[in-house]
Amino acid sequence: MTRWIRPAATALACLLGAPGTGALAAEPQAQSGGMPQLDFGNPLMIAQVVWLLLIFGLLYFLMANHALPRVGEILEERRRRIAADLEAARAAKAEADAAAAAHREATLRARAEAQAAVANALQEAQAEAQRRAEALNARLAEQIAAAEARIGAARDAAMAALRQVATETAEALVARLVGRADRAAVEAAVARELARRRQEA
Amino acid sequence: MAAEGKAIDALSQFALTPVLGKVGASVGFTQSNAHMLIAVGLVTALMMWGTARRAVVPGRLQALAEAAYEFVHEMATGQIGEEGKRFFPFLFSLFMFILFGNLLGMLPYAFTFTSHIAVTFTLAAIVFVLITAVGLAIHGWHWFSYFKPEGLNPALAVLVVPIEIISYLSRPISLSVRLFANMVAGHVMLKVFASFVVMLGTAGVLGVLGAAAPLAINVALVGFEFLVAFLQAYVFAILTSIYLHDAVHLH
Repeated sequence: MTRWIRPAATALACLLGAPGTGALAAEPQAQSGGMPQLDFGNPLMIAQVVWLLLIFGLLYFLMANHALPRVGEILEERRRRIAADLEAARAAKAEADAAAAAHREATLRARAEAQAAVANALQEAQAEAQRRAEALNARLAEQIAAAEARIGAARDAAMAALRQVATETAEALVARLVGRADRAAVEAAVARELARRRQEA
Repeated sequence: MAAEGKAIDALSQFALTPVLGKVGASVGFTQSNAHMLIAVGLVTALMMWGTARRAVVPGRLQALAEAAYEFVHEMATGQIGEEGKRFFPFLFSLFMFILFGNLLGMLPYAFTFTSHIAVTFTLAAIVFVLITAVGLAIHGWHWFSYFKPEGLNPALAVLVVPIEIISYLSRPISLSVRLFANMVAGHVMLKVFASFVVMLGTAGVLGVLGAAAPLAINVALVGFEFLVAFLQAYVFAILTSIYLHDAVHLH
């Protein structure tokens, strides 16, 4: 590689027009005026490149075999640790979620049970109330019916008495006015009048 | 180092000088290589020492190391896909090496090794060899169809295929010159304006007042250079991952 640099660099030197560097003649102090970098006649130049290869090789060896694997391990270890921690956190969260879900379910169940019990009691109470109301209604209806029957009987009795009183009164009135009374005719008239009034009423 | 006489010497900061005495000189170990070694040491310290406690909740240094890791990892997998994990260590090394090289260069007296075309071109050449080898390894001969876009008019192929090949071959050049030129330009500008400050500062009372302007520019430039340091490292790495994506998926 070092052999290879010479011609290329010489060409470059010519290209850049650096004076006194195109010639490869070994003149160690040729850099007066030109760039020391283009003084390829300087034997130190070759030595520099050889040392460069050795030193760069050393760096590559150290980096590839020692430094970089170690840094890679550290980074990998950290990534693993973070992943493990995240995994643990995720597991804990899943656990908490499950517990919360169980708790929610229990709450729901308890609420449903309570609601069912309340509804049950309500239904029973309503049925009881209805039964009582029905019993009461039945008794009241019975009493009403009895009362109505009594009233009807009383009215009938009153009506019967009314006809008799009316007949006797009419008979007495007719007898006083006319002197005599035909009981049958008076009865018929009273009956007719009563019938008419009842009809009108 | 600064202005010598009237000339501004902005380029000598890039000159290579051996360090570690005679041993360093004999093996050509320069300050550039020393800074590379420091960069590698800093990157390794950040990544190894920073994560030594392997804390689940990271401290500041570990957070920085992890941020760097994830930034480049995201780039690799985002650009290349699942196969990007295989190239992640390479991309990471490349990005951190260039980033720390650029940032180290921002310290006073430090050397910026990414300001050397030889260095950036070597890195780009590694990338080029890698993407070519990966492409050939995965796709075999079919890989060469990369240079011929699908549904291409055969008449146009004469024109398009050479262009595609040239554009492919110029990748390491553009990759390396971009980083090199950015770093050199930044450091030359810093040096030039710093030299202005020194030259004006030695030229009497008015000069001292006049030196405030280049000093202010240098302050702004330093901030800008930090941005460039990050940006160029990012550009180098992201282009490498885009090339790798092409090598793995062929378009």
